[in-house]
Amino acid sequence: MINSLNILLPEVFLTLSIFSILMIGVFTKKSFNLVFNLSTITLLVTAGIIVNSSNVSEKIFLDSFMKDSFSNFFKILILISSLFVLNSSRNFITAKKINKFEYPIIILISILGMFFMLSSNDIILFYLGLELQSLALYILASIDRDNLRSSESGIKYFVLSALSSGLLLYGCSLLYGFTGSTNFDLIAEQLNEDNTGAIFAMVFILVGLAFKVSAVPFHMWTPDVYEGAPTSITSFFAVVPKVVGLALLIKFMFIPFSNIILEWQTIIIFISIASMILGAVAAIVQKNLKRLLAYSSIGHVGYALAGVATGEASGYESAVVYISIYVVMNIGAFSCLYLMKKNGEYKENISDLSGVSKKHPALAISFLIILFSLAGIPPLGGFFAKFYVFSSVIEQEMYSLAIIGLLTTVISAFYYLRIIKTIYFDDSVITFDPIKDRFAQFTIFLSCTVLLTFFLYPSFLNNIVNSLFIN
Amino acid sequence: MNFPILSTLIFLPLVSAFFLFLSKEQKNNNSAIYISLFSSIATLVLSLFLWFSLDWSSSDFQFVEEQSWINDYIKFKLGVDGISILFIVLTTFITPICILSCVNSVKNRIKEFLIAILVLETLMIGVFCSLDLVIFYLFFEAGLIPMFIIIGVWGGSRRVYSAFKFFLFTLLGSVLMLVAIIAIYWLTGTTDITQIYETKIPKEYQNLLWLAFFSSFAVKTPMWPVHTWLPDAHVEAPTAGSVILAAILLKMAGYGFLRFSIPLFPVATEFFTPLVFFLSIIAIIYTSLVALMQDDMKKLIAYSSVAHMGYVTLGIFTLTKQGIEGSIFQMISHGLISAALFLCVGVVYDRLHSRQISTYGGLVNYIPKYSFLFLVFALAALGLPGTTGFLGEFLVLTGSFQKNYLVAVLATFGVVLGAAYMLWLTKRIIFGQTKNEEIKNLKDANRLEVLMLGTLAIFIVFFGFYPTPLMETFNVSVDNLILNFNQDLDNFKLVKND
Repeated sequence: MINSLNILLPEVFLTLSIFSILMIGVFTKKSFNLVFNLSTITLLVTAGIIVNSSNVSEKIFLDSFMKDSFSNFFKILILISSLFVLNSSRNFITAKKINKFEYPIIILISILGMFFMLSSNDIILFYLGLELQSLALYILASIDRDNLRSSESGIKYFVLSALSSGLLLYGCSLLYGFTGSTNFDLIAEQLNEDNTGAIFAMVFILVGLAFKVSAVPFHMWTPDVYEGAPTSITSFFAVVPKVVGLALLIKFMFIPFSNIILEWQTIIIFISIASMILGAVAAIVQKNLKRLLAYSSIGHVGYALAGVATGEASGYESAVVYISIYVVMNIGAFSCLYLMKKNGEYKENISDLSGVSKKHPALAISFLIILFSLAGIPPLGGFFAKFYVFSSVIEQEMYSLAIIGLLTTVISAFYYLRIIKTIYFDDSVITFDPIKDRFAQFTIFLSCTVLLTFFLYPSFLNNIVNSLFIN
Repeated sequence: MNFPILSTLIFLPLVSAFFLFLSKEQKNNNSAIYISLFSSIATLVLSLFLWFSLDWSSSDFQFVEEQSWINDYIKFKLGVDGISILFIVLTTFITPICILSCVNSVKNRIKEFLIAILVLETLMIGVFCSLDLVIFYLFFEAGLIPMFIIIGVWGGSRRVYSAFKFFLFTLLGSVLMLVAIIAIYWLTGTTDITQIYETKIPKEYQNLLWLAFFSSFAVKTPMWPVHTWLPDAHVEAPTAGSVILAAILLKMAGYGFLRFSIPLFPVATEFFTPLVFFLSIIAIIYTSLVALMQDDMKKLIAYSSVAHMGYVTLGIFTLTKQGIEGSIFQMISHGLISAALFLCVGVVYDRLHSRQISTYGGLVNYIPKYSFLFLVFALAALGLPGTTGFLGEFLVLTGSFQKNYLVAVLATFGVVLGAAYMLWLTKRIIFGQTKNEEIKNLKDANRLEVLMLGTLAIFIVFFGFYPTPLMETFNVSVDNLILNFNQDLDNFKLVKND
């Protein structure tokens, strides 16, 4: 029993921290700063616990909870990205007056839900984790409750997400009905191509997950929620739940559905192509940066799914590498948004960036690096992400997927170039307030450095990710 | 060779660009110019050293550097042979001239401009040094970023349109090459070209892969009908940008054909030769005619570039010794001549801010030094014997007569048309009547401009009379290229007969 608690230590620690921070928040006055700092420390300590734990794969609680290197990698990725997302947005939160002490705590709760999703080896635990995460996210989307857009986006997200959770739950129940088990390993044994009912179940589950990663055709909520929610929340949405959604997609392909991979693959190929095309085409007409980043994230999910669609370990690896670099790029891009401030008001239209390069050369060059990286131009990190994905796609001789994917990168290059054009080529319109947001600047600097120097040792991430898929 | 001379050569401009980036903005920016000039001249000296210490009598890659890079199977591999060294020297030679030309023509944000030029130099040298397809792609594609900025920030009135067109055209061509590179990796297990030369690519894949590479190189060359980005980019780019574009960026594609398309896909090369001939002839004749009709000097020179590059592709795909040597020579020669012509346009543009031919006329009466130099370059561009322009075209035509009479005869017509538009241009600008009063007050080329243009003129005439140093450099490498090509072709044919 003590041994199983040891395996569960990160989750236990996180839960206890959430409870105690919540108490501190409730019983002290003006507790936002204190709670914020404690949450940051919690994130760091949890990450430390996971790093120190062994990478041996172990199952506890009637095999429903599994700790392995795969879930550990994603947990660390989530913690680090949440750390940066949270801290770089601190000034933004204060300025927007959404500095309620619940804010960081709800983020921690959603992370706890994600932890259980990632470690689940059982449909029920998986679903519980998913719901815990989603509920926290609904609140976060509408946290700026006096703002009409924010409330609207929260409701929209809630309604659509509840629908998709419903479909997913229906899929889970079908799966149980047709295989007689809720455990992933037992399901995998029972499933085969003749089991038509289970294939229906698989489709329902896939719909639920595709919604979470906002892949086309389940992407409708993304632009509205991204635009409506406060930027700090948007950056969290754009990064963390996507990572988890993709991890779960890979996990489902790897364990429970490994025997019906062909059926699963066909659908993933379709949603991958659809996401790439829609992400590229729909972003062209956007004027709002957050909306544009929403469509761009749809496109990026499409590329990551192209790696998943290969149905091979090398493809999953490339997808994980892709999403990790995507996280770095997106955290950088959103941190840039926190610096676009004029007279205390945050600007989020592309036209506001007009001629920024003259007054704020450092911000301009950071945008340049991040945007070219998002467009996948070498020698930046984004290029290697695409290179690995398409390399594994071509390895499986899926040439048409590779060619469509790379052609959409040309289309998407157009709208990234349009932002760069606004920054560099256009005349200066407004000057932003002097930039003094240390952590956001540090985050941007870090993200640009990673993207710029990625080419020096491009197999760094691969070497880490490689070990995840050995078992 | 222990000292990584090629890496030093590649990264020297980048390092100085980095220092420039860190340095503080100053009012007159002289220090920025001195720093970049110094580093680019150091690069030039280093590349000259490389040129002379290269063993010309060997066709092997020399100064090879190898470093494990992506997952141990894609290596960071550099090396030079007789063909690539000349392009490297051309790059390092043109860059200081570009930096000098900034002094007069770039008015604002000169520090950023110099950073862009130096970064571009790094990437261009990298393209010519790389012996690995992925590295090559990396440098080839990364060059888009600084060039996009150069056109877009310091360009003319339609700069945004031109910059986008340049970027997207080139990117569209290149992504197909990326697919091909990855496909080659999975077919042969390596992207190291010296190893692929040995292992060979299966015949059934060659045509598709060749087309994918061709899509990239054809856009970059540029070949008809995907040449339309070039006139726009040239016209809108600032002088130094046009110079680099014409002198070096266009040569990447020609170099790519020699280094990749021909040795990697011999069967496909033979199969597609008629296509290349056809497109080259159209490029030569059609764009020459288009050039005749231009009112804008830069546009005229841009179209003449397309025509000259038509000779290059024609020469390369004759696959004869004369043809290929002529093409390489033509590329070097065009690098010097087009650079000089764009600089000439820049000189008068800085004074009168007009590129229209009709603005000028009778310059010879007022600015004789400039007019003399312009005449030299115009004559070199039309291929006057005694200049580099002649030898390149002559060898290409000799090569093509061995392959196909019709093509050769048509290409020869192009020479006449080339003479027509160049002479007419000279007549309208340098000679003729002065309609514009402003010309009478025009200042002649200053010392700096005479220095830049004079250096180019000296080399154009010198190598026109004495091409031996250039020809000797790539002689053995070209022999080896053709020998291997014919052997490969025979081998593949034997396999078919079995």
